[in-house]
Amino acid sequence: MTEAVTVELEARVMTGEHFMLGDHACAEAALAAGVEFFGGYPITPSTEIMERLAHRLPRVGGKFVQMEDEIASVGAIIGASVAGGRSFTATSGPGFSLMMENIGLAAMLEVPIVIANVQRAGPSTGLPTSVGQSDLLQARWGSHGDYGVVVYCPASPQECFDLTITAFNTADQYRIPVFVLMDEVTGHMTERVVIPPEDEIPRVARKRPSHPPGEGTYLPYKADADLVPPMAHCGEGYKVHMTGLTHDERGYPALNAPTHEKLVNRLVDKVRLNAEKIMLCEEIGVEDAETVVVAFGCTSRSARRAVALARARGHKAGFLRPITVWPFPETNIRRIIEAGHIKQFVVPEINLGQLRREVERLTSLPVKRINHPGGAMITPDRIVQEILS
Amino acid sequence: MSSDTTPANGLMQIRISGAGGQGIVLAGMLLGKAASLYDQKEAVFTQSYGPEARGGASCADIVVSSGTIDYPLVEAPDVLVVLFQEAYLKYRPTLTPGGILIIESDLVKPPDTETDHLALPATALADELGRRIVTNVIVLGYLIGKTDVVSMDAAKQAIETTVKPRTLDLNLRALDAGYDRAKSGA
Repeated sequence: MTEAVTVELEARVMTGEHFMLGDHACAEAALAAGVEFFGGYPITPSTEIMERLAHRLPRVGGKFVQMEDEIASVGAIIGASVAGGRSFTATSGPGFSLMMENIGLAAMLEVPIVIANVQRAGPSTGLPTSVGQSDLLQARWGSHGDYGVVVYCPASPQECFDLTITAFNTADQYRIPVFVLMDEVTGHMTERVVIPPEDEIPRVARKRPSHPPGEGTYLPYKADADLVPPMAHCGEGYKVHMTGLTHDERGYPALNAPTHEKLVNRLVDKVRLNAEKIMLCEEIGVEDAETVVVAFGCTSRSARRAVALARARGHKAGFLRPITVWPFPETNIRRIIEAGHIKQFVVPEINLGQLRREVERLTSLPVKRINHPGGAMITPDRIVQEILS
Repeated sequence: MSSDTTPANGLMQIRISGAGGQGIVLAGMLLGKAASLYDQKEAVFTQSYGPEARGGASCADIVVSSGTIDYPLVEAPDVLVVLFQEAYLKYRPTLTPGGILIIESDLVKPPDTETDHLALPATALADELGRRIVTNVIVLGYLIGKTDVVSMDAAKQAIETTVKPRTLDLNLRALDAGYDRAKSGA
């Protein structure tokens, strides 16, 4: 016989100043964003996100389910999202690979979901407890077919909080899968995290049908001018059909090229045409820089230090950090190139050259690479060396 | 030596090392919390993770700075605390030349070549307070007494907001005991 376990309710938003682990900050952000369902499978180094939510989510009236694997986890959060709640899961590389099939489904069904991927060193099970940044391209291109996603890369526990909140808003606004692409160092470091009062946490609502069920016609995949269709939730009484097959505005399979073209272009354009609005990027000293170091996640912390050290030695160095790695902030890079001072880019990253390709396709200037396949951070000294050489 | 140890950056790297059960993670957490939340400084705390943290020597690392901390990891500590022989062997080589070495004098026997270090019988001092479990907080008090890396007020607030209320008094006495020992010149 199963005994019912009762828990005392806690505050959903832990407003205040905390000395908090990055993984926990991500979990607290999910709670503050109003997550009602977490379905996941534990994996290092993301487990602390799940652990925290296993404890906290039932205490704020939400539901937590440990699933049998990662595909099922994404299936479950798609279901919960269609049922009307914000839903979330967290994983690392090996689990992220398993999720790819259902990530494509979420993109095709236009169901908002958020997934945190705390990167470790791959491929395969790789280095489970050590840092990596080699899921960068997988996050953008990992599932088959063309679709649009947005990927945020925090570089501190505070950003694990802030960007997870933003991720939920972006997912709901565009009805897309959104990823918080963390890494072992950022997930496992503890720093000050300020959590604002509940009423100061930004909340973008999903676009909903404009008339009650039964009145007029609701076409679940008829998009407005902003390319996003209004979303009805399960059980509200609207007639909705969802399929991963190519579908028309009613949601019914329409297995022909014109329908496919219209649908898939829209899935991609939702992000592509709004890229300028979505892109986030941090720049330091790029105005007169002859060398700009481009780095994301934990490596950006080494890069920022390296740029300061190079400046102290009289070299005009600048720092550019894609906060959204997808869409990649190419406007910022192009602006730097057009200004005409820059002579070279330096791209340090804990993979064998994934971000570097993004920079290279925008410029004919030298793009120096600093690569490590994972297991250790790239040090500021190593980057300084490359800036000055 | 990591570039982050340049004194101009006002940055101090601290490594507390020992064996599982000695409370090094809590000591590191308290130190980082004190600096970050109650002393208006910046602090990053990290710890050994993975198989090495499940037996043998492990460590808690804290970077404290008056300014922004970019590189978050401790590579060459300015202060190294060693509470366990194996931890001495593993982490002694990481200490910055000229850095401060604090040794649990009953549990760690350094070679005769190790002339310049601070000896702290932390476990025995904890036993005097009646509970060996506060060895880590005695170490924290001593560390603060020797380095002034955070204020005692901040350390007390970190303890008050972290430990269970019934152990608060004991922990505060342990903090004072370690601090007084350091200030008494021992």
